[in-house]
Amino acid sequence: MENKKEQTTIVLFSGDLDKAIAAFIIANGAAAYDHDVTIFFTFWGLNTLRKDEVVHVKKGFLEKAFGWMMPRGAKKLGLSKMNMMGMGPEMIKHVMKKHNALSLPQLIELAQEQGVKLVACTMTMDLLGLKQEELLDGIEYAGVAAYLGDANQAKVNLFI
Amino acid sequence: MKADLFLDAKDLACPMPIVRAKKALDSLEPGQIMEVHTTDKGSLLDFQAWVKQTKHEMVSHEEENGIYKFLVKKV
Repeated sequence: MENKKEQTTIVLFSGDLDKAIAAFIIANGAAAYDHDVTIFFTFWGLNTLRKDEVVHVKKGFLEKAFGWMMPRGAKKLGLSKMNMMGMGPEMIKHVMKKHNALSLPQLIELAQEQGVKLVACTMTMDLLGLKQEELLDGIEYAGVAAYLGDANQAKVNLFI
Repeated sequence: MKADLFLDAKDLACPMPIVRAKKALDSLEPGQIMEVHTTDKGSLLDFQAWVKQTKHEMVSHEEENGIYKFLVKKV
């Protein structure tokens, strides 16, 4: 089988709602192009993968503080512009619904359904005190070498 | 030309028309034809690029009252 699939990779560094939406729309589009798609989540991007509910895991004081200060999951992300104490995201969600655009949680579900590989950066998980139990099921855990392995084969590599 | 499969992707926003079209095309045999209707303004360029890149064949496309109609042949 020489017929290898094309690849696309995205690094999602940002934890902003608008940027995460853009990343997932591109990822889903690339999957529809029949590419093997990887999204590598690092730093604030990891918050996109957090489960909505509080997961009880053993943590130190600083890790706990980070956990409370950062948005808990895709529904809680703020906008990069016009956040207005959380009013911005609600407005965006409203207009997205009006225009029949998928919400971020729906885009994530669609990506998983389409076989997009979601990879959490373990080094930054340690820095921010995030544990595997707190992140969505069905994702992978890796570091920069695994990302570069994928990116090396890909023609489209984005940092968002 | 008669389509083997009809996909109604009207009122869907990007990237859904392409995502649905991919799924629909996956269910067809080579040589079969899919008809897709969309209303997203970007879908003309989207579908042209997607069909070209995925190496299928655009049999025809037209726009009628804001509805884009594509006939795509699976290769």
